[in-house]
Amino acid sequence: MSVVERPRVVLAKVGLDGHDRGLRVVTRMLRDAGIEVIYLGLRQTVETVVAAALDEDADAVGLSLHNASHMTIAPRMVEALRGAGLDIPVIVGGIIPEVDVEPLRDAGVAAILGPGTSAGDVAAAVRGAVSGRADRGGRSTGS
Amino acid sequence: MDADDQARAAWEAAYGAAPQRDVPFSTMSGVDLPPLHGDGPYPGQFPYTRGIHASMYRSRLWTMRMFAGFGTAADTNARFRELLRSGGTGLSTAFDMPTLMGRDSDSPWALGEVGRAGVAVDTLADVEDLFAGIDLGAVSTSMTINGPAAVVMAMFVAAAEAAGVERARLSGTIQNDILKEYQAQKEYIFPPRPSVRLVSDLVAFTAAEMPRWHPVSVSGYHIREAGSTAVQELAFTLANGFAYVEAAVAAGLAVDDFAPRLSFFFNAHSDLFEEVGKFRAARRIWARWMRDRYGATDPRSHMLRMHAQTAGVSLTAQQPRNNIARVSLQALSAVLGGVQSLHTDAYDEALALPTEAAARIALRTQQIIAHETGVANVVDPLGGAPFVEWMTDEVERRAEEIFDHIDEAGAGSMLEGVYAGIEDGWFVGEIAEASYRFQREVDAGERIIVGVNAFREGNEEGEAEILRIDPRVEEEQLARLAAVKQERDDAVVAAALGRVRADAADPSTNLLPALIDAVRTYATLEEVVDALASVFGRYEESAVA
Repeated sequence: MSVVERPRVVLAKVGLDGHDRGLRVVTRMLRDAGIEVIYLGLRQTVETVVAAALDEDADAVGLSLHNASHMTIAPRMVEALRGAGLDIPVIVGGIIPEVDVEPLRDAGVAAILGPGTSAGDVAAAVRGAVSGRADRGGRSTGS
Repeated sequence: MDADDQARAAWEAAYGAAPQRDVPFSTMSGVDLPPLHGDGPYPGQFPYTRGIHASMYRSRLWTMRMFAGFGTAADTNARFRELLRSGGTGLSTAFDMPTLMGRDSDSPWALGEVGRAGVAVDTLADVEDLFAGIDLGAVSTSMTINGPAAVVMAMFVAAAEAAGVERARLSGTIQNDILKEYQAQKEYIFPPRPSVRLVSDLVAFTAAEMPRWHPVSVSGYHIREAGSTAVQELAFTLANGFAYVEAAVAAGLAVDDFAPRLSFFFNAHSDLFEEVGKFRAARRIWARWMRDRYGATDPRSHMLRMHAQTAGVSLTAQQPRNNIARVSLQALSAVLGGVQSLHTDAYDEALALPTEAAARIALRTQQIIAHETGVANVVDPLGGAPFVEWMTDEVERRAEEIFDHIDEAGAGSMLEGVYAGIEDGWFVGEIAEASYRFQREVDAGERIIVGVNAFREGNEEGEAEILRIDPRVEEEQLARLAAVKQERDDAVVAAALGRVRADAADPSTNLLPALIDAVRTYATLEEVVDALASVFGRYEESAVA
């Protein structure tokens, strides 16, 4: 299996919500796990996240959504990345009700990490999503 | 008579003069309960460690003020009426994200967020709908808003006066605590210094015209939710309180003219005795600093009044009904700590905004503590317990170390020290470090969270019904806003906004009169905020993590 040894992930909060505790904790969790994080922080738009993913040659995009806007913002993020020719996974964390998980997956979200997800599980989810992409011919090393 | 005898006599006199609730102050076995146990310092006396009133809940229970807001103003108005019917004794308004950030519902930024995490307010018309049929002269109202607080306050005054309630009769609280936004909650609009001017303008305006209003609720709640420890919550919050005192004094107000109307808002988290110690230490620190450092002589300026809310961040999406037990114990810590007002979270809030049924259980939890447990029958029932007094001292000592740091960073000014800590990211860094340390302890299994990293059996998905916000809300709100814009006189709006810009450019002018005139023309929230931003600029946090 192809493995991205040191994946690069763009992390952001899209929209107006200012609750960035989770995003900051996840940033440090991932860095501790050897994953490179490009931290965009608060008040990003879908467009600024796409631009950062292009500029940084990112392997994945992680969004933190706590304000019930996930059904609007996450599918738009998936479409915008694809529209820009970037076939990289979108991972969503935050307050995501169970009933929304399947529709988000149908919309192309690669992984949904709810409250209480441990550091190990977050890192594994990111590596899993990125290696899934690597299997489809993304940026990777090794075989 | 020695000093303690005199203090005891003063307490007995104050207690005797206070009204009594009409309930038996006795246990279920029929044991009559004296109101107070132990010696001084006495409740209602400096430094108020044991409570700001001599009789505390023997006279009046705390205000059960439930936070509510979602959808349109009409939707939230219906929830307010339901809470008042269910025995809630105050209102507390949650605004949606676009409103908190000073954006209208038709802003591109508002997409997907209108009415989702609170109620949408675009114009005076929405505030009129929000409180329709509620007598604002009789019910006290809290509004949780900060960046655009002065503008929303202007709408509230204008709506009340249109309904025939003079501003002097209005009672309630507007959060209006901008400093903690840069430190924790991140719902800022303008840079810190012009934002603090807006706070001071509101303090001065209410001191002169709204004697029953609390113009700032200095809030540790969000600092704690962002991940701080209890000690950091206490210290950062009181430091912000001192900063507002210094700002208002610098604006020309006398400390005793406004300090009695400042109030506080703390988190009631899970470590029960640390929380009780925090509430007690908060009162003692505030009293001493206000008297000794800021020269306040009115005893009411020394009294720290506080609202508390149980810890939303402690609620788990796993086994959500366990949250009822968490909330009960956290609420108990707040009552044992002597708060004036309390919000209990609903058990489903780790999943979404509360359903009506879950919100009612949360209110009932307070009523059970108040009426069934007996803890409200004795003043400061834990006072004098060695562990509680030690914990109070320890929390205070650690908070004082943090004040020393801030004071030094500000070269002898707490206001400048807070600005410095915002500008160099010190507060954000301290909070992030604490939250990361906690998460590592949880991940390592060193701190048990029931249902999350232990006792996971019976984790049923979809166990709780959740509140879904109907997507029609956004359409309805956009139609409402379009209709208001259609009906108003744009030339009048433009003139009023011109005055807002002019007054913003003149720091010696209080902005509230211009803001009230502007919202009366049905200028939108975003239009007024943009007028202010054209002078003040906008704040952006540097993305460092």
